[in-house]
Amino acid sequence: MTSAFKLSRRALLQGTAGLGAAALTAGLPFGQAQAKDVAIGFIYVGPRDDFGYNQAHAQGAAALKKLGGFKVLEEENVPETVAVEKTMESMINLDGAALVFPTSFGYYNPHMIKLAKKYDKVRFLHCGGLWSDKDPANAGSYFGYIDEAQYLNGIVAGYTSKTGKLGFIAAKPIPQVLRNINAFTLGARLANPNVTTQVIFTGDWSMPVKEAEATNGLINQGVDVVTCHVDSPKVIAETAEKRGIMVCGYHVDQSKLAPKGYLTGAEWNWEALYPKLAKSMQGGEKIPNLVRGGLKEGVVKTSAYGPLVEEKARKHADDIKTKLTAGSYVIFKGPIKDNKGATVIGAGTERGQTDIELEKMNYLVEGVLGAIA
Amino acid sequence: MTGDLLGWWGVPLAVLAGAIRVSTPFLFVSLGECITEKSGRINLGLEGTLVMGAMSGYAISYLTGSPWLGVLAAGCAGAVFGILHAAICSLPRVNDIAVGIALMLFGIGLAFFLGKPFIQPQAPNLPSIPFGNWSDNAQVRDSLRINALFLIGVVLAPLLLWAFRNTRWGLIVRTVGDSADAALALGYAINRVRMFSTAAGGFLAGIGGSFLSLSYPGSWSEGLSSGQGITAVALVIFARWNPMLCFWASLLFGGAAALGPALQSVGITSGYYLFNAAPYALTLLIMILTCSRDRTLAGAPGELGVTR
Repeated sequence: MTSAFKLSRRALLQGTAGLGAAALTAGLPFGQAQAKDVAIGFIYVGPRDDFGYNQAHAQGAAALKKLGGFKVLEEENVPETVAVEKTMESMINLDGAALVFPTSFGYYNPHMIKLAKKYDKVRFLHCGGLWSDKDPANAGSYFGYIDEAQYLNGIVAGYTSKTGKLGFIAAKPIPQVLRNINAFTLGARLANPNVTTQVIFTGDWSMPVKEAEATNGLINQGVDVVTCHVDSPKVIAETAEKRGIMVCGYHVDQSKLAPKGYLTGAEWNWEALYPKLAKSMQGGEKIPNLVRGGLKEGVVKTSAYGPLVEEKARKHADDIKTKLTAGSYVIFKGPIKDNKGATVIGAGTERGQTDIELEKMNYLVEGVLGAIA
Repeated sequence: MTGDLLGWWGVPLAVLAGAIRVSTPFLFVSLGECITEKSGRINLGLEGTLVMGAMSGYAISYLTGSPWLGVLAAGCAGAVFGILHAAICSLPRVNDIAVGIALMLFGIGLAFFLGKPFIQPQAPNLPSIPFGNWSDNAQVRDSLRINALFLIGVVLAPLLLWAFRNTRWGLIVRTVGDSADAALALGYAINRVRMFSTAAGGFLAGIGGSFLSLSYPGSWSEGLSSGQGITAVALVIFARWNPMLCFWASLLFGGAAALGPALQSVGITSGYYLFNAAPYALTLLIMILTCSRDRTLAGAPGELGVTR
């Protein structure tokens, strides 16, 4: 990293020369060849190297860049306010973006919907939103069934935990988060039916001090494996490692942050999805308004197992993973009770991944300690 | 299995431990702002100074391998921001509150820009002193690992109080802050005193920031501060410009911030939004309870923008 700050005279001269050359070619007609590159914009809510949500998207954007033929625009730290509308407008008007990926949950409604109505030639694809018929046709949403990977996290955590107490640090009680908490717990109870998951809601996507406090609080209550659904698991992984407990990752691989206690992790695989979406748009194919996928479609993946994961846990998790990848396994299969004792999925009912009911989840399953409000 | 656990006792312990862990940035920023405001100037830019301190402390710790050098660098970065504030404010017809807000935005922006390469790498952290080794309970031991910066803050608060009352420079700062006319009559260089006070305030705020990145939570990221600097500035008014009260108020805010996660960890989960808002609700409550026409601004420096 230090080298980034040292600028030798030679590098400076080369850079200046390069700039001059670029300025020259820009004025010449054959510079036009590049104008065919389709401009694609990515908007992140936080820094793109956060060991978390934004980094996962940035890795996807980087894969697209490597592909060539696309002009990739990126802007980070854009708040979920009218600021994102301004960012999208400038990407469309100034850079000619034909496809925009606003990647954060709060960008969808009303901001992205508003702009999709205004710019009907531009394609908008939002991560996490739930597109409905009432929304504009040039808008759409994509997401991954990362709960499949959280389910595998749970299986590994259930086998590895010695206290039988797991911790889950979550930002907000929205359906996607609840689905992860529930899948994690269901997976853990597959390994050990007595396991409980204590959930803590911090209230926002990025609250480093509160996340550290939550991790410490859980550890003090005897929790020995934590996982999370916040934008950057960095603080949680580091705190867990410092205090000698285990951690399951989320968003991207965090094994570097917790070399001793990292078990496995639920990761996004946007490197696979973004190039696919961009290419199909370039080829004139119609991108569906609702894109979803899990392990089978390669939208999510798992981290390599850490040193503490025993053979028994690996085998069970790998077995389920094979079935999930084949599409022959259902996680939310009745009977499932919520943690207040009411039946939420009746016996005999199978809610497969594509079931839209799961995207409206508003309960915590049996075994989760905590409440939504 | 549960012999080692504290159960319900975990809540007061977590609040106490949380108060110690979370309060340090509040403490340093508020002590710094106390010095600045006592000289008759208000520096709202300390949020930016805090973030800048967090970034530069982490960067220097990473580049040199010494966290204490990081703390020093954070202090120096803060002092530079303080001097900048003081220099701009010493020009005629400049509003210190507006300058403060501008410097806050500038500090945050600059820290994000310069801090880009340091989000990923891991820098050496400040050591903590284990005060809990007498206990055989792991939770108690972990809760009582106290960072040296907190202890410095504990010493600094009464020292500052004493200095304001008993030392020559303390009295000069207060004179300048209370009445510029009186200070002029006594022959003090008002701008120089304020320059020094704002620089000292910035120095302490920068150190407060380095605590965030080098001790707790212990790494640099762009969401690190979440408004702690600006909260600490407000805390000075709450503490009536008294360094010892700043100390207690910082502990209160730290403890209140730990309350939400602590309660949720033992299973009290309903109404967590309310618990998370506890620090602010508590402040409001105390403000209302202690507010009266005579006492509201007791202790406020006479030259301070907010009281004129």
